[in-house]
Amino acid sequence: MYKIVKKETLANNIYLMDIEAPRVAKHCYPGQFVIVKMDEKGERIPLTVCDYDREAGTVTIVFQVVGASTQLMAEYKEGDAFRDFVGPLGCKSELIDEAPEELKKKNILFVAGGVGTAPVYPQVKWMKEQGYDVDCIIGARNKDLIILEEQMKKVAANTYVCTDDGSYGFHGNVNDQIKDLVNNQGKKYDLVVAIGPVIMMKFVSLLTKELGIKTIVSMNPIMVDGTGMCGACRLTVGGEVKFACVDGPEFDGHLVDFDESMKRQQMYKTEEGRAMLKLKEGATHSNGGCGCGGNK
Amino acid sequence: MEVDVLKRVPVREQDPKVRAANFQEVCLGYNLEEAMAEATRCLKCKNARCITGCPVNIDIPGFIKEVEAGNIETAYGVISEYSALPAVCGRVCPQESQCESKCVRGVKGEAVSIGKLERFVADWARENNVIPKAADEKNGKKVAVIGSGPAGLTCAGDLAKKGYDVTIFEALHEAGGVLSYGIPEFRLPKNTVVATEVENVKKLGVKIETNVVIGKATTIEELMKEEGFDAVFIGSGAGLPKFMGIPGENANGVFSANEYLTRSNLMKAFDENYATPIIGGKKVAVVGGGNVAMDAARTALRLGAEVHIVYRRSEEELPARVEEVHHAKEEGIVFDLLCNPTEILVDENGHVSGMKIVKMELGEPDESGRRRPIVIPGSEYVLDVDTVIMSLGTSPNPLISSTTEGLDVNKWKCIVANEENGATTKEGVYAGGDAVTGAATVILAMGAGKAAAAGIDEYLS
Repeated sequence: MYKIVKKETLANNIYLMDIEAPRVAKHCYPGQFVIVKMDEKGERIPLTVCDYDREAGTVTIVFQVVGASTQLMAEYKEGDAFRDFVGPLGCKSELIDEAPEELKKKNILFVAGGVGTAPVYPQVKWMKEQGYDVDCIIGARNKDLIILEEQMKKVAANTYVCTDDGSYGFHGNVNDQIKDLVNNQGKKYDLVVAIGPVIMMKFVSLLTKELGIKTIVSMNPIMVDGTGMCGACRLTVGGEVKFACVDGPEFDGHLVDFDESMKRQQMYKTEEGRAMLKLKEGATHSNGGCGCGGNK
Repeated sequence: MEVDVLKRVPVREQDPKVRAANFQEVCLGYNLEEAMAEATRCLKCKNARCITGCPVNIDIPGFIKEVEAGNIETAYGVISEYSALPAVCGRVCPQESQCESKCVRGVKGEAVSIGKLERFVADWARENNVIPKAADEKNGKKVAVIGSGPAGLTCAGDLAKKGYDVTIFEALHEAGGVLSYGIPEFRLPKNTVVATEVENVKKLGVKIETNVVIGKATTIEELMKEEGFDAVFIGSGAGLPKFMGIPGENANGVFSANEYLTRSNLMKAFDENYATPIIGGKKVAVVGGGNVAMDAARTALRLGAEVHIVYRRSEEELPARVEEVHHAKEEGIVFDLLCNPTEILVDENGHVSGMKIVKMELGEPDESGRRRPIVIPGSEYVLDVDTVIMSLGTSPNPLISSTTEGLDVNKWKCIVANEENGATTKEGVYAGGDAVTGAATVILAMGAGKAAAAGIDEYLS
């Protein structure tokens, strides 16, 4: 069992947890992910590593409630434990292994969208620890969905916050913010690392292609085992089929077929809806006609 | 009970129509009376050829003699000397091409039903709580086993019996490897058969640590240098699925057999009390003709689909066991033989809407000795399906070999290991099973696990 040693609510429906998992904490790096399985009957849920403490043996995860499983996960409290917690999975961020003299030359902009701020944070933190200054945009639909702003400000040279509805920070989406920085504020970037909803990563990649800035994205497709065994997470990158779990999760944003990935993410939408209905309405959902099993 | 010496005592099975709609075991096995009757058919040959047909050389006449006399616990003791997983082997070994193919009874009439007798003995032992005997003394030496499939469990069990302190590291959340994620419930029940065999290995003193991906959470180097393991056995299997590389293969509704079976078997998606979803499909094409293809097809059938096996050669070349093909046909699986997919058609939502297929004919034998399938020009047609399952074989996962210095692999990424004792190119590191051979059978993996256990014992003595 893997104990939850800390739980925090970061925003409405977004939670942070520190999990006791010494083997993972000892070996994980920014860019990698873990898989959580809450109990015997649960799904395997992939989540990107948000932080880690090698000495304390803990790994930090951040998740947003998006379906029945994450809803149940949000009900876990400090002191509770998950049945399974496996990792680190996937490749570490390319930046980790890049030669210091190369990294020093680069102006890097991190672009974090919504709950995607969580996987961006350890990368920015790692850069800070190695002595590199980087910029970071945190974007969300509205003020309530901005997370980890204070933490990010401590590790990024400049943190720019933007909201779609203008309720906080710059009024506009992350692309508007990127354009403002590059076109109006004279910022020059050699690399963009964008992590957030697939649709956001798609449009950031389209923009940076126009601007001629190399872009790395972190893909979060449907997965089962997370070790290369099932191929559920396959995607097309530069015309080749890749498995996000072992070849990624980070890829060149200018080569990823985002439209295909977005379609693949919809695969189980009906099933997820059924599971949510069953969870919410439970025994009251007495008409078995829809097949959700809520009547059983 | 009357026995015709030329004919096997028939084994009871679930009716095909009934079982096509449930996940309970197809074969019900012998009862004591049937087993004792079948055992009388064994000639107890002095130079028993069946033993040479068994990859772990079980003393087959030895255990059958005890069954005939009704001494089932003694029979279990005989089998246990050679095999740690008899309830599994009795179910999934291809006996017809191994022990039973050598049976003298089979020269005139039907071979003795060795597999079904083995299964009976193992099931009887489980139902009567017969526990394998642990080593009297520990020898203080530590061995790490990577992977808890048939190779790993066998190697771990053998070493524990010799007094080694053995820890198995399993990447998934359940032990069993392919026995848990690959072979379906209706062929190999998980909670009874697999769980008990794993439990029996634990009772020998073996520790199993799940959720540890070697190559990620730790490395072989660290296990040996920091955690004090004196030797390591790699039994990590062949887990990477192959795809055809045809257009439309990334459409929604196309799965590897590994994914489909893992969802159903390991994650228990067929049971609505479990959270993992699975798409049953209305009309499913399974591409491939091996045992895994049969398992995937029969799983989809039980989830309510009409299922077609699409295989590019003829029935004769089907790599699946005859029994599996027979069961699949009985249950209503349609075999589209000499057919090869060329494209998966996709609708505007990105979902499978059909599969383009060309018909094939057989030409001259190729390097595998099987007749090479050749496309019949102008034979293209569209099979109307909404789900496609690719079952084209698997290859070893490079996660371990790529993170272990000095461990050589061949051009198929299989670990290079000595067949006699499992020794790899790295000192103290042994390997066996599908990680070495590429996808093969449970019993061959067990044989390799056994050989490596002996090799490790010799190395550490």
